[in-house]
Amino acid sequence: MTVAVFFGCTFIAFGPAVALFLFTIARDPLRVIFLIAGAFFWLVSLLLSSLVWFITVQISNKNSAAQQRGLLIFGVVLSVLLQEAFRYGYYRLLKKANEGLLALSQEDTMPISMRQLAYVSGLGFGFMSGAFSVVNILSDSLGPGTVGIHGDSQHYFISSAFMTLAIILLHMFWGVVFFESCERQRWWALGAVVISHLVVSCLTFVNPHYQGSLVPTYIILSVMAAWAYLCAGGSLRNLKLCLTCKDKDFLLANHRPR
Amino acid sequence: IMQWGGGIFVGPGNAKRLMLGVKSGVLSSSVEQKIYVELNETVPCVRLLNATHQIGCQSSISGDTGVLHVLETESDLDWILSSGPHPPYMVIMETLMCFSCRSVMMRMKNSSRVAGVAVIISKTGLADNFSPHTTCPNQNTGVYSASYGSDLANCNVTAWNPLGNGLSYEDFAFPVFALKDENQTRVIRKCYEDHNLRVNGSAPQYPLCAMQLFSHMHAATDTVTCMRRTDLQNRFSINPEVLCDPLSDFNVWTSTRPLNNSAKGHAANESVVIAATRLDGRSFFWEQAPSAEGTVSGIVTLLATIQALHPVTQEAPPPHNIFFSFFQGEAFDYIGSSKMVYDMERNDFVIDLNNVHSMLEIGQVGLRSGRSLWMHSDPVSRQNKSVDIEVSEEERKLSLFSHALSLDQPSVSQPLPPSSFQRFLRVRGIPGLVLADHNTSFNNRYYESLYDDAENLNVTYPPDLSPDEQLVYETDAAKSLAEVATLVARSLYIQAGGDENNLNNITADPKIVSHTTSSGPPQFYIGLGPRIHGPVHSVTRFVQYILANLTGTVTNLTESQCQNPSEINTENKDLFSYFWVSGPASLNSTGEPFCVRASVRLSKAVSPAFELLEYGSPNYSTWTESRWKSIQARIFLVASRELEMLTLGVGVAVLLLSLLVTYFISSKAELLFSSARETPTTTY
Repeated sequence: MTVAVFFGCTFIAFGPAVALFLFTIARDPLRVIFLIAGAFFWLVSLLLSSLVWFITVQISNKNSAAQQRGLLIFGVVLSVLLQEAFRYGYYRLLKKANEGLLALSQEDTMPISMRQLAYVSGLGFGFMSGAFSVVNILSDSLGPGTVGIHGDSQHYFISSAFMTLAIILLHMFWGVVFFESCERQRWWALGAVVISHLVVSCLTFVNPHYQGSLVPTYIILSVMAAWAYLCAGGSLRNLKLCLTCKDKDFLLANHRPR
Repeated sequence: IMQWGGGIFVGPGNAKRLMLGVKSGVLSSSVEQKIYVELNETVPCVRLLNATHQIGCQSSISGDTGVLHVLETESDLDWILSSGPHPPYMVIMETLMCFSCRSVMMRMKNSSRVAGVAVIISKTGLADNFSPHTTCPNQNTGVYSASYGSDLANCNVTAWNPLGNGLSYEDFAFPVFALKDENQTRVIRKCYEDHNLRVNGSAPQYPLCAMQLFSHMHAATDTVTCMRRTDLQNRFSINPEVLCDPLSDFNVWTSTRPLNNSAKGHAANESVVIAATRLDGRSFFWEQAPSAEGTVSGIVTLLATIQALHPVTQEAPPPHNIFFSFFQGEAFDYIGSSKMVYDMERNDFVIDLNNVHSMLEIGQVGLRSGRSLWMHSDPVSRQNKSVDIEVSEEERKLSLFSHALSLDQPSVSQPLPPSSFQRFLRVRGIPGLVLADHNTSFNNRYYESLYDDAENLNVTYPPDLSPDEQLVYETDAAKSLAEVATLVARSLYIQAGGDENNLNNITADPKIVSHTTSSGPPQFYIGLGPRIHGPVHSVTRFVQYILANLTGTVTNLTESQCQNPSEINTENKDLFSYFWVSGPASLNSTGEPFCVRASVRLSKAVSPAFELLEYGSPNYSTWTESRWKSIQARIFLVASRELEMLTLGVGVAVLLLSLLVTYFISSKAELLFSSARETPTTTY
């Protein structure tokens, strides 16, 4: 629509991701590296899934709308599965890398824990996924026009931005839960991650009824947030303590020499 | 969520779009397709410059956007100019034929609330007259000035184009486009009716339908400035950018006896009668000039004259040569004729002014009311006795053949109408006449406008003719022009000293007239050279090849011989030009190509001001056309400013909130994520 909408949507879509990056990742170069590597892995998964989709579209019947829709659904499902496969691949790679890192490092302790790696790789996936979702739309939002001349909803830009926000955060939470469940061999949790990813993706087929896609997505987002918090070592008690600012006493209590 | 290759987001509402994009096989930005509807088939008004002024229209470099509003009544104009709450407005006018168009356009010109004008060209609601040209065409470059017939100058005696409102010569700071495609005007109307209609007198609600026009012109101020800047670019810039180009093309000339093209200057023993007409027209918009009455009537009449004269002049050539000339660029201060006269003065043309015996020009001859034709002459040069005698003689000879016509001199003593003959008179008092269908002011109510087309000439066919039949059907207009052509041909023959007994063989064929009036409609704007499809304007080529067809002979040269005839001693490249043409297209096959030899030539029609590098010259045409990068138009919806600011506000709020929350979490991270399951060796 204009520059105002461009900046508004950019801030909505990338605000939390940028905040997370600034405060938790930017200071540690190792985390930055793993973030970028994670983004790269997501990109490769996209490349593969788009190759497959492109080939299938070329050999399909371009005039049949039903076939094209079917192809789209197939493509969505394939892409989700490939992304999760690459997430698993990244996990295995990081496991191997961790052993190597430990051997190389001077200290006894690992410079970066698996939990942090989970968080960083999830955020990397999220960044790249968000970028591919929304950059195209943002560039079109710079022009003077808004969506609607053919009857589409006027809230296209802002809905896309909120969806992207949800996706980026979801990727981060999925990363945490995924890695944790791989570490603990809890395969049902792995399945739950994949299924929730599929559900969120397929919800977009409900569009342009944006309530139908955004509201369930944000519900899934809050559920995954809670789950990831628990996986990352948090608990309700910690949260309560933190929020009621009784943290100083707690920490002091914890650090009492035993 | 998944994304596809190419970054197309199957997000909100995009699934359908993606399928459409795939169906069309073009994976362009489908979001852009949701927002904009590109308008093709638009015709802009472009900027032209002369020595002192700029005229035409200009948009800003990133296009001009405005909310659509249809202008139909005075209250619409008030809405646009003062009371409407959503400025700036893009004004839609159904045709350019608003009742008091000049005042409306002038009021909009001075307003900052008008972003541009889009004119929907249609024939319905055509007003009685419309001429965007000035009331006195070419008044500064004709022959009448303070030193020559000063009481006749500046249309003091007769305003030739009294219906002219001069819009073509105004400078607009906003773009003006003409929309000709029916389908697209329907889209625009639908968008307007869906979103921009006022309900019960209250303002329409956002989102509103808007249009953006791009027609940014590179040249500014006047020709002198533009040429100076171009020179600077050429001299100092690594990648020089030309800002404007002089209007130029070619004149077409031929003669009954071939003239030696390589011998410039005075031609020995030649005394020619010049028969001339103009080849171009113009209108408010770029490259649009149907000019049926203004130009085509003259061209067609002269072509028919040449065809009628050709057999007789071959059998019994008259003592004087007859020189036929079609001048290009006459609408813009006589570009073609001033160049030819200039060349004649400097001995750079096949003949010079001493070779010229007399001149007959064919002006606008298509709208003869009551079969009358008028012979205009210059009263100032007729004050010279010898010239007067010659002119009267010419008039007498013309009158000899006016059986079916009523041929007359104008009833008042008045100057010549705007004509190429005036440029010859500027240099020498040659006896000459201008033939026209009007006594005082033009009969043409649509002079130099988009509406001067075949309908203006009353070219009508019976309803059930196929296009092929239409090509040979003799309309009334064709017959009328053929009558004029017969008159001109016979009198030219006599004027050239030919034998009176041969006159009955000279008749113009109405079929040739039908042929040329039914093909098209070609546009006669002079434009610039070189062009996309060749260095010569298509109309100029068209006339050149028709002349070659009418007056040339078929030879049996091969293609390479045709292109290089100097090697063959029976052919003379100085006297003739050779054309390699494909045969007639018929039902069975296209014919074999062959070589035509004709004495038809092109001569450059560019104003002498550009050769002399006098860009501010008051004596010659200094018209240039600006260059531009992109001309496009598109429509879309715009949202209200409040919604945009709300989006920005929400974005900023989300950003700040997330920064705060993240800071809070990361500072409390030890506490939040500490748990009995945490191994002691991990670090944060």
